Amino acid sequence: MTEIFTDLPEIDAETRRRLHARLVAAATEAGVIDVAYRTVDTPVGTLLLATTERGLVRVAYPSEDHAAVLEQLATRVSPRVLRVPARLDLAATELEEYFTGRRQLFDLPLDLQLSQGFRRTVLSHLTDIGYGATASYAEIAAAAGNPKAVRAVGSACATNPLPVVVPCHRVVRSDGTTGQYVGGADVKKALLRMEAAA
Amino acid sequence: MSQQPFEAIVTEHGPTVLRVCRAILGPVAADDAWSETFLSALRAYPDLGPDSNVQAWLVTIAHRKAIDQLRSQARRPVPVAVLPEEPSRDGVPGSGQTELWTALMELPLKQRQTVAYHYLGGLPYAEVAEILGGTPQAARRAAADGIAALRQTYLKGTVR
Repeated sequence: MTEIFTDLPEIDAETRRRLHARLVAAATEAGVIDVAYRTVDTPVGTLLLATTERGLVRVAYPSEDHAAVLEQLATRVSPRVLRVPARLDLAATELEEYFTGRRQLFDLPLDLQLSQGFRRTVLSHLTDIGYGATASYAEIAAAAGNPKAVRAVGSACATNPLPVVVPCHRVVRSDGTTGQYVGGADVKKALLRMEAAA
Repeated sequence: MSQQPFEAIVTEHGPTVLRVCRAILGPVAADDAWSETFLSALRAYPDLGPDSNVQAWLVTIAHRKAIDQLRSQARRPVPVAVLPEEPSRDGVPGSGQTELWTALMELPLKQRQTVAYHYLGGLPYAEVAEILGGTPQAARRAAADGIAALRQTYLKGTVR
């Protein structure tokens, strides 16, 4: 009955690319892409970058599971999520410069909507820690106005939606050990080593 | 359950919607209908119910966009051939597929639609009837007539 349609070939990759590009162009013009994303290859793994109209909203390590991160964005920001690499060209360039030692400060609009309350206050203090420097969890708790909230600083770092760009990797333990990291303890050490060497 | 990112919807259902559009409009005009379908879907996506059948929803939008295309084609002062002579440019390599789209274009619209929505879009006849009006039985008959005609025109000419 359906033998006519059983051997239809797959829609080829070139056609998919062309149609996707058309959709992106039309949706951009209509202003209906709420979250645009792309991936970028770095020495610490492939990072997922996502942006809203307001700015960079998410940087995610592979260990966070990019598909799960996109679902989280769909739920918490908007389901109008599309892959639009061009919208993240600037962020990708700055990250590439950072990872090749040519950039110490990110100059990007940020959208911190995925972090709220005290955690967000903590994140706003992390950018004060300069390239190659570190601060302890206790120091950041004090700077954020709540010296006793050392563990809350830890969880703010662990849930940082913008790792690398908002430098939670520069927050270390008071005893001098590096401590945990959203991208893995080894990645944290690698970033600190890289910054120290530059 | 929460909604999937729209990109996942495009990846999963894009090819099916394209085949439906091609079956109704031919390979070239299908591109326009496809992008308009997904643009329209992207706009409305946040309001789609969590339990909705996404594929049926997309095929329904594609149906409306294809009708728009057919109307605007009909309004053009100079009749334009539905199928241009350069199919490979549009990612439909292989003469077999071109012959299939040509055979489909020769069917009456109703047969084309029922065949497209049922066999390519995967909709049961009850839903095909909801989109097109009429009864599921009438939709089934139109599709059967369409398939019979395709057997005559398309399969006869191909090596089997």
